[in-house]
Amino acid sequence: MSSPEFSNPIVRWIEYRLPVFSMLNHELHEYPTPRNLNYMWNFGSLAGFCLVIMIVSGIVLSMNYTAHVDYAFASVERIMRDVDFGWLIRYIHMNGASFFFIVVYIHIFRGLYYGSYKAPRELLWILGVVILLLMMATAFMGYVLPWGQMSFWGATVITNLFSAIPLIGENIVTWLWGGFTVDNPTLNRFFSLHFLLPFVIAGVVILHIAALHQHGSNNPLGIDIKNKGDTIPFHPYYTVKDMFGLGVFLTIFMAVVSFAPNYMGHPDNYVEANPLVTPAHIVPEWYFLPFYAILRAVPDKLGGVIAMFAAIAVLFVLPWLDRSPIRSAKFRPVYFVLFWVLLADCILLGFCGAMPAEGIWVVLSRLGTVYYFAHFIILLPLLGLYERPIDLPLSISKPSPSGTSA
Amino acid sequence: MSEPVHAAGNHDADVGMDEGRRDFLFMATGAMAAVGTVAAVWPFLSNLRPAADTLALASTEVNVASVAEGQSITVVWRGKPTFIRHRTAKEIEEAQSVNLDDLPDPQADAERVKPGEAKWLVIVGVCTHLGCIPLGQKTGDVKGDYDGWFCPCHGSHYDTSGRIRRGPAPANLAVPPYEFLSENVIKIG
Ligand code: HEM
Ligand code: FES
Repeated sequence: MSSPEFSNPIVRWIEYRLPVFSMLNHELHEYPTPRNLNYMWNFGSLAGFCLVIMIVSGIVLSMNYTAHVDYAFASVERIMRDVDFGWLIRYIHMNGASFFFIVVYIHIFRGLYYGSYKAPRELLWILGVVILLLMMATAFMGYVLPWGQMSFWGATVITNLFSAIPLIGENIVTWLWGGFTVDNPTLNRFFSLHFLLPFVIAGVVILHIAALHQHGSNNPLGIDIKNKGDTIPFHPYYTVKDMFGLGVFLTIFMAVVSFAPNYMGHPDNYVEANPLVTPAHIVPEWYFLPFYAILRAVPDKLGGVIAMFAAIAVLFVLPWLDRSPIRSAKFRPVYFVLFWVLLADCILLGFCGAMPAEGIWVVLSRLGTVYYFAHFIILLPLLGLYERPIDLPLSISKPSPSGTSA
Repeated sequence: MSEPVHAAGNHDADVGMDEGRRDFLFMATGAMAAVGTVAAVWPFLSNLRPAADTLALASTEVNVASVAEGQSITVVWRGKPTFIRHRTAKEIEEAQSVNLDDLPDPQADAERVKPGEAKWLVIVGVCTHLGCIPLGQKTGDVKGDYDGWFCPCHGSHYDTSGRIRRGPAPANLAVPPYEFLSENVIKIG
């Protein structure tokens, strides 16, 4: 790596003391990127953009928000009606959370399809799962802040999950609440943590990117970079492609914010929280539905809670469950099928989570849950032993030996 | 790093003793640091517990004279809805006749009411699954398959003694501490 020569004297003065310009140049220009990345590789930078949207809109919201059980609901209504562009900022924040999850879920399934979690990117993947967990905690606590009926009862149900822990469960829940029910102390601490966690996420994102830049991006073929012909510089090629993707994303995002801002929300959350009346159907936000279905699929309280957390925990060990040395599903005929079945299974679980836990939905949730775990714990390890992969191409820039074009 | 050559002779003799001393210093420092860390972290964790004013929430007194047989009222105790049901003879009979072996959380009805006051059932109206408030207090409400309460959140059925009969809830609806101050006045808490 040669240090670039900068001609601007101010740039040179700064560079000599704080090498930011060579760092930028290294990360954006010299950083060699596989030449064959498709649009699935847009979602990482999109996720980063979403985090920025959330932090900016959140900070502006918190300037008018009041974290008190008697005022929270009214303060959000005031933001919507009286504060200049308050409705816009709030709808951006509300829908931004949903879009953030859409982007991150696509980003995760991209990783599953192309085997991006495999060596040497295990830590990169694990940091990603950490970010997912932090996002879930952040979104959960954010949803409590407007203090509507769903806010209150969602908070009650989710915090009560911890009461399933034997012996100390009840004490933990009281500790989380700072009282005997979800109440003012709970709202206050949730606001504090909701403010903090996005910045923790930003920190983990930096580690995530450091791990990414250590070995570079995976690619649709899932094979390593062999020579210079396999790569192109990140800038301008992928910066431009990312900008284009961002334009498409913003178009869809702003269309929803403008024309259907409450489509992904629940009308009950426009009813102020009432600790004495539980709404007939409590549903979490859509991005939690598959996990909620897993929770309800298990007829035992502790078992349900364990299964729900295990559904995410299993992602941490995925790099060691999938023993196949081939990354991309393109060259794994059986895994290719299983991938799509898993995706369908997660969508099915999402529907089950939205329905009342009765009749056929219970049966489907149970089947879906069993399959979800079977995919990771039984099928993937077996595939590593028995699947016969298709011949890999020699390199990204050369056709494959068997003539299959990539 | 290169050792200073001249000290080699004396140094060798001291090695054993030095290492022992170092280990001791190392462990003692580590132990002190651990104690210090716990002492520093504890106030922060403990700070999140219910504050004194929250704990001091007064008890609730209720006059139940106007609650007719078959009716229920909901009062708030420690911020939680508390159900008081004036049970009918049929409901009492149902509650008492159950075979305890059939119950997920076996408890006799007699243990859940005050002696001689079997018509009054006082329970905390918070589902022992994940904390929703079961239906069954109002006349039109679904009361579940056991004539008591039904929690719509994940489908738990409670009987006329507030005991869990079917569904994901692990335990019976809790009986709060309470006493009869007079024939018609109950003090909860
Ligand atoms: C990871 C990033 C974030 C996520 C996923 C997120 C998610 C959410 C969600 C789902 C809501 C409820 C929206 C509603 O239904 O009204 C919310 C509300 C709120 N958030 Fe965030 N948030 C994030 C970052 C932030 C940041 C950084 C701040 C402040 C510094 C913030 C401040 C607020 C405030 C004040 C509210 C209450 C107002 C309202 O309900 O619209 N958020 N957040
Ligand atoms: S909270 Fe009552 S059944 Fe789950």
